[in-house]
Amino acid sequence: MQASAGSGRDQILLEARGITKYFGAVTALEGVNLKLSRGEVLGVVGDNGAGKSTLMKVLSGLFRPSEGEILIQGQPVQFNSPRDSHKAGIEMVYQDLALAGNMPIFENIYLGREPGRRVGGLTIVNHAESRKLAAEHLARLQIHVKSVDQNVEDLSGGQRQAVAIARATAFDAKVVIMDEPTAALAIKEVGKVLDLIKRLKDHGVGVILISHRMDDVFYVCDRVMAIFHGRNFAEAPLKDTNRNEVIGWIMGTKGHAAGLAHDKVH
Amino acid sequence: MADASKSATVAAPHEFQRSLRSRLLEDYGILLVVVGMAVVLSILQPDYFLSAQNLTNIVRQIGMNALLALGLYIVIVTAGIDLSVGSVMALSIMLLAMADKAGAPWPLVLLVGPFVGTLIGVINGLGLTLLRLPHPFIMTLGTLNAVRGLCNLVSGGQPVSGISDEVRFIGIADIPLPFGGEFAVIPVSAILLLVCYAGVAWFMKKVALGRHIFAVGGNPQAARVSGINVNGVLVFVYAASGFFAGLAALLMAGRTGSGYPNLGIGAELDAIAAVIIGGASFFGGRGSVLGVFAGVLVMGLLRNGLNLMNISAFWQQTLIGVIIILAVWIDVLRRNSGTRT
Repeated sequence: MQASAGSGRDQILLEARGITKYFGAVTALEGVNLKLSRGEVLGVVGDNGAGKSTLMKVLSGLFRPSEGEILIQGQPVQFNSPRDSHKAGIEMVYQDLALAGNMPIFENIYLGREPGRRVGGLTIVNHAESRKLAAEHLARLQIHVKSVDQNVEDLSGGQRQAVAIARATAFDAKVVIMDEPTAALAIKEVGKVLDLIKRLKDHGVGVILISHRMDDVFYVCDRVMAIFHGRNFAEAPLKDTNRNEVIGWIMGTKGHAAGLAHDKVH
Repeated sequence: MADASKSATVAAPHEFQRSLRSRLLEDYGILLVVVGMAVVLSILQPDYFLSAQNLTNIVRQIGMNALLALGLYIVIVTAGIDLSVGSVMALSIMLLAMADKAGAPWPLVLLVGPFVGTLIGVINGLGLTLLRLPHPFIMTLGTLNAVRGLCNLVSGGQPVSGISDEVRFIGIADIPLPFGGEFAVIPVSAILLLVCYAGVAWFMKKVALGRHIFAVGGNPQAARVSGINVNGVLVFVYAASGFFAGLAALLMAGRTGSGYPNLGIGAELDAIAAVIIGGASFFGGRGSVLGVFAGVLVMGLLRNGLNLMNISAFWQQTLIGVIIILAVWIDVLRRNSGTRT
């Protein structure tokens, strides 16, 4: 989460070039490009099955791209597993949250990267340290929970989302990818999660937000790009577009003038 | 939806306390049952139940089930199952008895059981992960039969007796206590159990791999995206289960002084019963080593108590069946009262 020294705001953190992904005979992605700068929130929109989630799984190392390359701060990288993308500073918050409900908050935050002593190939976990770090990290993100010892299954949807985001940012993440972070939340919890995204942005983290909710996109994003049938369809800074145009992109239409919008009030 | 989240937020502190309490119950509730059984038995059989001789007897009798259950516990935490442990134990005891008879040095013979067990455990794990068999039930049902067959093949179906004293030491020897008379001893097997249980409890709590076993049981997808090598964890748990089955073979070799190919037919079911009675969830992610030990003790005390009272072995089986159902039903009730709906 720390800003690396001397880096400008427009520095490209993450770049994907010509990403193509086949699943057997199915082409899920074809030549998709994506750029993300420090402290930028990029909204990625597209209809169900457009390829958003596949693209994010490629970026987070869960899928290997069939073609194309990924660059981190200009350096080409290859991800063979989520572990590789973690090392490169890319974290993903999954739609289904990917938390172990049977385990406490602090263990979920450090799952797979437990602080502790390495003894002969095994890590002896320092649970006290883990608890302390988790509490400090949650406080930094202004996430309030009763206790870091609470099991995740005892939390509300919004709290779980917050824990998932906390986990994603616990290790100086440069890029956090969020797949529909507000889809399963009660309305009053949505605002908290969106504010959390703004806080990440203030810390210099680049955020990719996949969302169907135009309210979310237009509340937190700096730029929005649309994917249609597995390809780049359109892209614009948020200030140069509007909801109706973006909704048109999702459906695969361009030049959707504001005047044609069905909900235009004359 | 808004209503549900509201009530959830409001109820949060109660829920936390309740879940803490239910977690305590989950961990220690079954110990109360053990204590209760012990009290009842000492009232019914005041002269005999608490005698040093009977207590050491119980410790010896539960040894095999205790080790098998410990291995199965580790597997069940990942929502898996290992049906092969009885057969693995039988193959281990035959091979170690044959190695001993063939004149292999005793330190080597001691290693035969754990080695054979771990090897078959690894095969179980690889079958599950590499062959991607849909459920461990299938792989281990396969090895249950295949390994039992191998056991009969190598032994010709004949027992091998006359295992040397050095090899028998762990299963049969006693360490006399300085007080309490002739029968006041600590069986070496009890020390082995203690070391194994304490070791596994520590491992599951303090070592990252142990925590990953819980994570795999709780949500394998979460474990995978956290960078945990889920297949590696699975191979490890089946290897561990096989290891303890091999160790159980060593214990039985000591107790009986011979290897017999019918050892442990159906033993996997007793071990599963002990783990489940001890409060571990069949769906993974839940259960404590202490609970497993309590589950083993419940079954051991039940058998011992019914024996002392000259009640037929058929009743023992019937009662253990009823207790399995009761234990899990109580678990269901506890969970329903502890979770919001």
